[in-house]
This record gives sequence, C-alpha cells and structure tokens, in this order.
Amino acid sequence: MKRIYNVLVKNQSGVLCKVSGLFWRRCFNIDSLAVGETEDNAVSNMTIVSTGDDHTQEQIEKQLNKKIDVIKVKTFDEKEAVCRELMLIKVKYTRENRRDIIDNCSVMNATIIDMGNNMMTIQICDTPERAQIFLENINHIRIVEITRSGTVALTKCKEG
Amino acid sequence: MNGADAIVKCLEMENVEYVFGYPGVAICPFYDSILNANIKTILVRHEQHAAHAASGYARLTGKVGVVAVTSGPGATNVITGIATAYADSIPLVVITGQVDSRLMGSDVFQEADVSGACESFVKYSYIIRKAEDVPRIVKEAFYIANTGRKGPVLIDFPIDIQNQKINKFEYPESIEMPSYKPTVKGNAKQIDKVVRELKKAKRPLICTGGGAHLSGAADVIRQFADKHRIPVVSTMMGLGTMPTEHPLFFGMVGNNGQAYGNRAMNQADMILLAGARVADRSIARPNEIEDNKVLVHIDVDPAEIGKNAGPSIPLVGDLKHVFEDLDKEDIRPATEEWLATLAGYRKEAEEAKKAKADLVITPGTVDPTHFIHALSDAMQKNAVYVADVGQNQLWSCANCIIREGRFFTTGGMGCMGYSVPAAMGAKVSDPSRQVVAVCGDGGFQMCMMELGTMRQYKVPVKIAVIRNNVLGLVRQFQHFNYKDRFSVIDLTGSPDLKSIAAAYGMKFLHLNDEAKMDKTIKEFLANDESVLLQCDVDPNEVA
Repeated sequence: MKRIYNVLVKNQSGVLCKVSGLFWRRCFNIDSLAVGETEDNAVSNMTIVSTGDDHTQEQIEKQLNKKIDVIKVKTFDEKEAVCRELMLIKVKYTRENRRDIIDNCSVMNATIIDMGNNMMTIQICDTPERAQIFLENINHIRIVEITRSGTVALTKCKEG
Repeated sequence: MNGADAIVKCLEMENVEYVFGYPGVAICPFYDSILNANIKTILVRHEQHAAHAASGYARLTGKVGVVAVTSGPGATNVITGIATAYADSIPLVVITGQVDSRLMGSDVFQEADVSGACESFVKYSYIIRKAEDVPRIVKEAFYIANTGRKGPVLIDFPIDIQNQKINKFEYPESIEMPSYKPTVKGNAKQIDKVVRELKKAKRPLICTGGGAHLSGAADVIRQFADKHRIPVVSTMMGLGTMPTEHPLFFGMVGNNGQAYGNRAMNQADMILLAGARVADRSIARPNEIEDNKVLVHIDVDPAEIGKNAGPSIPLVGDLKHVFEDLDKEDIRPATEEWLATLAGYRKEAEEAKKAKADLVITPGTVDPTHFIHALSDAMQKNAVYVADVGQNQLWSCANCIIREGRFFTTGGMGCMGYSVPAAMGAKVSDPSRQVVAVCGDGGFQMCMMELGTMRQYKVPVKIAVIRNNVLGLVRQFQHFNYKDRFSVIDLTGSPDLKSIAAAYGMKFLHLNDEAKMDKTIKEFLANDESVLLQCDVDPNEVA
C-alpha cells in the first residue's frame, strides 16, 4: 500500500542522509523522495512516498519521529492529498512524428520547453498517474532521457 | 579560550569526573586543555574499551559516560563500543578528534567520516563547525544521551575548530529542542486501562527489560510487585530488577532463559512488558505473545511499542513514573493460586538441576554452573557482576545470584571483550564496590590489554576466566547444528594466564577441582585487589 510522508526536518547538512539512511537500514522502501525548503528557511520539507503494509507504515512514521532532526511527520494516502510530479523527457523526433508528439502534449497539458534539430525536451507537471499515462502515450517515440522530481504533496484543503 | 578549552569547560559544567580515551594528534588540543581541568583521564589500551569502560561507568552511576579519541583509526576503533552502547541504550558522549575542517572530505591522513559511519549506531551526532557552537552542542549532547531512550551521542571535533578562539563562553541553562521532547509521564487514560485489566487478571506477570535499570525504576517495580503480589520475570538486560532469590522472581525469559520463566510468559493472562524491546532472543515468537492475553507494553521509546509485538495496551512513558502512577491504585489481583503454580514450576526445575549436580564432572575441570553459583553467592551483597559474551554469559544469567548488586552484560550487541573494560569503568565510578568480571578465554583475549590500564590506574577488578580453550558457544552451536563439524573454534595457542597475571603484577588463582571451589573463591574475593582466576571447564559442557 502506498503512503505519503510529509516530513518537516531541520534544514541543515546531513539530515537528508540521516533520513534516507533510516529507510535503508530498516529495509523500508522509498518510491520517491523530494526535498525542498519551506516558507521558513530553517526548515525543509521532505515528501517521501513509500510502499508497505500497515505494520511497516506505522514503523516508518515512528522511526521518523524518533529522529532528532525531524520536526514533524504528517502521513496520508494519495486520495487525501494533492500530489504533483514534474517530469522532463528528452525525445528524438522526426518530421513524421513531430505533429503526433505535439498532439500528445496538448492533450495531456505537457509543454515543449527546449528544442534542437532532432531532439526536444517535454515537461509535464501533473499527478503521478497522469505523468505516467503521458509517458506510456509517447512510448512509441524514441526517448533519450527522463528525469522525475518525485512526488510532492500537500493534504487537501477540504476534508472528505 | 579556544574550542578545546570550551568543550572541557562544558564537561566540567556537566560534572564529568572521568574521560576514557586515547589521544592522537587530532584530539591533542582537547587533551591539552583537560590538563587544566578537574577531570580525571583514563588511557585505555584500545579505543573500543574506552566506550565499554564508559558504559560500565554510566550503568553504575546513571550518569553519562564520556569518551575522547582521535580521528581516523581512533574513531573507527571506538565504533564497536558505540554500537554496543546503542544496542543496550547506554548514555555516552563520544568526542572524536577530526582533521582540519578545511581538509575534510579530501581523504587526508587519519581522516574518517565517523559521523557517517556511526549514523545507525548513535542516538545523534554532531560535527562542530564553529567553536562558538560548542556550549550549545555539548549541552544538547548530554541531554539527548541521558533522556528518553538513552544512547550514545557522537561529537566530531575538527582540530582547527578545537584551536579556534572563542570570545565569550556561556553555558546554556536550558535546552531548546522543539523536535526532541521525550514523553516521560504515562497517559492517564492508558494507565486507567492497565489498572482495570490488572484488577481482573488471574495470572498477571511483569517482564522487565534493560529499561527498568536505565530509568532507575528497579526499586519502584520491586515495591509494586511486592505490594500487589505480582510475579516478575526479566530479560537478560532486565536481570537484577528483582533479587534473584526473591519469591516473586521467576527467572530470565527467552531461548537462553529458565524454562519456568518461559512457562510463566506462556501461561500469563496479562503481561506488563516493562522497558523490554521484545528482541528475538527474549521472545521467540513475538507475534504470538499477544495471543490469549492482555499485553501491556510500557516503553519510553514509542517506536519500540508494536515494533516486534502488537500490544493490547500501548503505554509510552518512563517506567519509574508509570509504576509510581500504577502504584497509587489499589490493584491487588488475586494471584495466590498463580504464584503457587509458578513456584511449583520453579521447584521442578531446581530439582532437575540438583539431579544434574550429581553427575560426574570431568576430572581436572569444574562445573561452570556450580562455579557461577558459588562465586555470586560469595560476592558482597551490592557487588557488580559483569558477564562477557558466550557460554560464560548464559551460565551467568542462569546461575548468578543477584541480591542488592548489579548484573551487567551486553544483551543487545553481544560484544565479546565487554566484561573487563566495563568492569573497570564500574569500579572506577565506585571504588567501594566489589566488581567481578566473568569471561571466556575468547572474550578475555579480546580485552586483556586492559590489565595494563587496571594496573596503571590501580583499578582492582576481579576477573574470572572460564577456560575451555575453545570458542564455547560457537562450538556448542556447531555441535547441535552442524553435527560436531567444528570449524575455527580452537583456541590452542592461548597464553598461559599465570604468566599474563605475573606480567601485569596481578595475583593469580587456578581452579580445576570442585573440592577446592569454595576456598579458591574465598581467596579470589578476599581483599580489594586485582586477581585473575582461571577456572577450567570441559569444552563439551553446553550452556
């Protein structure tokens, strides 16, 4: 079962290592990890997506809370949150498939952010599922490189 | 004042009496400053033992044990000691010298990323980047080490920062750590639930772990058990919570424990698991422990609760506070029948043990269980018994009589060579106490260099080496699991212990005859002097 952990940590060197080391040592899985500063520059926010059973999920939360550099842990399901992932995809294009790529981008709200003679970079910022669908839709095109930000998430403003 | 002066001043502010360690260039500013302070230093013969000695010191005093070693190999050598302290939740502050901070990361001479290497063995770690941070960091380090679930804290201290000038020294009076606030007081609603269940229980049992000692709760738990007539068992780390001869005490649990202790665990309808982490050696099938019983798990570390066994009633808090709160209630469950059943089980076991006592003992050896029993029986009431790791440890756990004294061993990490340095640390902290280390000949050879430290600082620890010339517990494992295909367990070539004792100016005794046991033990324990006792046992003895 997927679970999202929104972890507020002290914004100082070594903290990322301590938190990711905890997952490694305790054999917890990390599906994705995204880190950035919050409104308070002394505090960073880590969004960790992990898959595991109830017992593992409970342990992840408890072990995170035990870390002295961890200020707060919020945990929720995907449906309780708004989630986004940024994906940059560099593809090879030809005169024949150019139109097809542009159509796919326009359907999925993706943008072409860089272009050369035979390559272009597409950006999609969407829910992890839609980003995945987009990737599958352009699967027939030659993909050169992909980079993904990992999921970032905040709980929904309205409950239920 | 420089950074090194500041850290030494902080240690004085924390009332540190002893620093165990080993200097090297990268920690020299610290060792220079400490000459001006009212803090005694003890030069161990291996950095690992500095941490073990500090562990013995911390366990007996309840204070933080302090270690200071140099960078690189000094720091990596101390890691096993840190990991041992972490596994047993022992409060230490370990200061490691580090290379010049401007050179860190460039693999210069004697550089080791000790904070990275130790990450999973420390409760917290610091690298000091500015000398002015020293007071805050040391204050926090001592606080973190000795509160909540206790444990070692590492302070990595680059040499240039040790030499960096500090304009104003101010030791903080309070701690501001919003992200670290251990829960001490148990939740009142949960305590009510426990009381309600306890009143109904027909077969309640308290199982104490190392947390009982760490929170200083042993007396409170003892009083609680006495008043409410609830039987007590212990894990290896919890031994000594109750005097072993107390009628309400039913032994150690686990795969190395007493059968009657395990029967008590199985048959109880309610267990108060107090400061025990349900480790594999204590509870063989943790997921079954909650079957058919109310399992109350009391621990200061919320992450321990539910980690290995799912409790019916989780109760986060310091044991001392929790048992004081529980004791306010008039519980007194009807336990006489249950106590009689347990006493019956114990009697059965004791009779079986007596029957074994009549068996023939190999000539030229003694029965190790007799030896441990007789030794601990003859020790002073409040003596400290430090068991090493291996068969000697299991024989000790099962046969050591603990009255008002303490029983130390490393139950978590099982680190061979712990006993002698830990005993040394304990003796240093309280010279009036009798301190006895019991180890095997494998463990002894991992720490025997500390006889030099004992001699130098006049620390009269008594050491009994159970000698069988093999790595006994591994041999025993190979006997049962590999059908006597013994592999790499032979300790032939071990030194003559009489010569070793002579080399270090120690008295030596040799016991290889049951008839001379009492006399030899008497001589071993007489006078407050270091004695090395060799006790020969048959390598075929199993624990």
